Amino acid sequence: MSVDWKSYTPQLIPNIPDLHKISVYEANGGYAQYRKVLAEQTTWTPEAVTTEVKNSGLRGRGGAGFNTGLKWSFMPKPDGGPRYIAANGDESEPGTFKDRTIFEFNPHSFIEGALIAAYAMRITAVYVYIRGEYRSWIRMMEAAIADAYKAGHIGSNIHGSGFSTDMYVHSGAGAYICGEESSLMESLEGKRGYPRVKPPFPAQKGLWGRPTTINNIESLANVPLILQIGAQAYANIGAKNHPGPLLYGISGHVNKPGVYEFPSGMSIETLIHDVCGGMRNGKKLKAVIPGGSSTPPLRADQISGVTMDSDSLRTAGSMLGTAGMVVMDEDTDMVDVLWRISHFYHHESCGQCTPCREGTGWLEKTLHKIKRGDGEMRDLDLLLDLCTQMEGRTICALADAAAWPVRYTVTRFREDFEARCKSTIYALA
Amino acid sequence: MSQTTYAFTPDELADVERIKARYPHHQSAVMPVLWMAQDKFGHVDADVQRLVAATLDLPESHVHGVATFYTQYFKEKQGRYVLDVCTCLSCHIGGGYEMLHYLEEKLGIQEGETTPDGKFTVKGVECLGACGYAPMMQITNDVFVNHLTTDKLDQVIESLKKDELPAFEPIPLVQNRA
Repeated sequence: MSVDWKSYTPQLIPNIPDLHKISVYEANGGYAQYRKVLAEQTTWTPEAVTTEVKNSGLRGRGGAGFNTGLKWSFMPKPDGGPRYIAANGDESEPGTFKDRTIFEFNPHSFIEGALIAAYAMRITAVYVYIRGEYRSWIRMMEAAIADAYKAGHIGSNIHGSGFSTDMYVHSGAGAYICGEESSLMESLEGKRGYPRVKPPFPAQKGLWGRPTTINNIESLANVPLILQIGAQAYANIGAKNHPGPLLYGISGHVNKPGVYEFPSGMSIETLIHDVCGGMRNGKKLKAVIPGGSSTPPLRADQISGVTMDSDSLRTAGSMLGTAGMVVMDEDTDMVDVLWRISHFYHHESCGQCTPCREGTGWLEKTLHKIKRGDGEMRDLDLLLDLCTQMEGRTICALADAAAWPVRYTVTRFREDFEARCKSTIYALA
Repeated sequence: MSQTTYAFTPDELADVERIKARYPHHQSAVMPVLWMAQDKFGHVDADVQRLVAATLDLPESHVHGVATFYTQYFKEKQGRYVLDVCTCLSCHIGGGYEMLHYLEEKLGIQEGETTPDGKFTVKGVECLGACGYAPMMQITNDVFVNHLTTDKLDQVIESLKKDELPAFEPIPLVQNRA
């Protein structure tokens, strides 16, 4: 598929000066979709809004790619008690830096989307969980939410509609695991961020034991657009099974790294060579991590014709993840890169489950051994064996996220690893 | 045993009440109040953790558990400026460790240490979410400094010596904004 990226006009981070100000956002049609829904509640019933989002095909932008509207529909019927949205702005997967552009340039699109979601699920409070490192952006979000309160978009009996909800920012404090939805809820409850065993799922038993939906910031920022142009028009943007505008966060050895908004399904080659101005210093491409450090890397000879959507990337042997793409040139030491990725997951493992707590440590130690030149061929088999011991054997997906890059970097760049390992000689005693 | 000498003012206690009101259970206030305490005292050592526990009527063990789970809470006194240099994936391949080692050499300390004058602490940290602007660092859990070079580090250190924090750098959006 080809996307006419040169003439594309960004929708999520449009080029409108001072859009972060509520007056500018409203002057450009902001909060109109939210007002429409509240004013026409017989047409836009909560169920109708949910169905519209479901039919748009919007898939979660946090990495798992689950249909957002479908997730909303899992919420049980209201029983008069509190119900929550936890908006996930933890954004800690290495290579991922997109939600921050929404906080800085278009915070009200997220707020409006979250409020529409709150209406659709009869939510009583929205907690916006933002990683603690984003302090400057936490201040921006707090200011934007305060403005939305002042404008009467949040609070009780909003615009006389009978709908009431609140919104609060909750700052993290430096824990990658809190981007995992159940860990995020633990953190919001004022605890150590240990992921919960599922089931029960958050829609049944979430924050403080009440029905809760966790959505990514970018996912919610798409909601006003869906209501503005309609589910069908939205579904026609970009890749068929993964539609909509996408924030591509591109980093590494390209000339113009940064966050770009284009329809989903952009070709990886176009992103690197055209959008980002090609490889830095005219170097050759060696590897691409398409969607954050946990997604399997692709060799340069594996990206031909591959597009940034779940179907194409699955066929190519990777995943879309967060669309945080890391580009590496021919001089990159894959052993070193993989060691650094494993160091990250070891540092961030919460320590609850033995396969992850011990496995991430073993991965890092073994890779460090290879990196410093003491590795043996059998260490490569050990790495792959460790991955098998970790995958699918823990409460949350951190162990899988740690294992996948190891499994696929070792197998796809095997020659780089073998070149650093001594052959294993078994002495006969 | 050290004597607790830390306290919140009545205004700050009113802030604590406002924070508590955001949540159905007061235990949720532990993270925001730890942040508040760290902003005021510069760290959340055992004594500050005790203050937070007493203020929120929570067990000290619980507050200690939370404070030690999250890396951004300083469990001991730090330098006046904590320089968190990102060395994770994108910063790593963009020279993050070179920046870290340059700072270590310039300040005469190792990663994790504080200069004898108590001015700077240097750390190598995990991904800070500024991958497209690598290498980068964060100053005391706040300002991001992007596109680091040794020259830029020299400038930042000079201004911090004069207690001047670098200005906020807006995200450089390249698309359609050139």
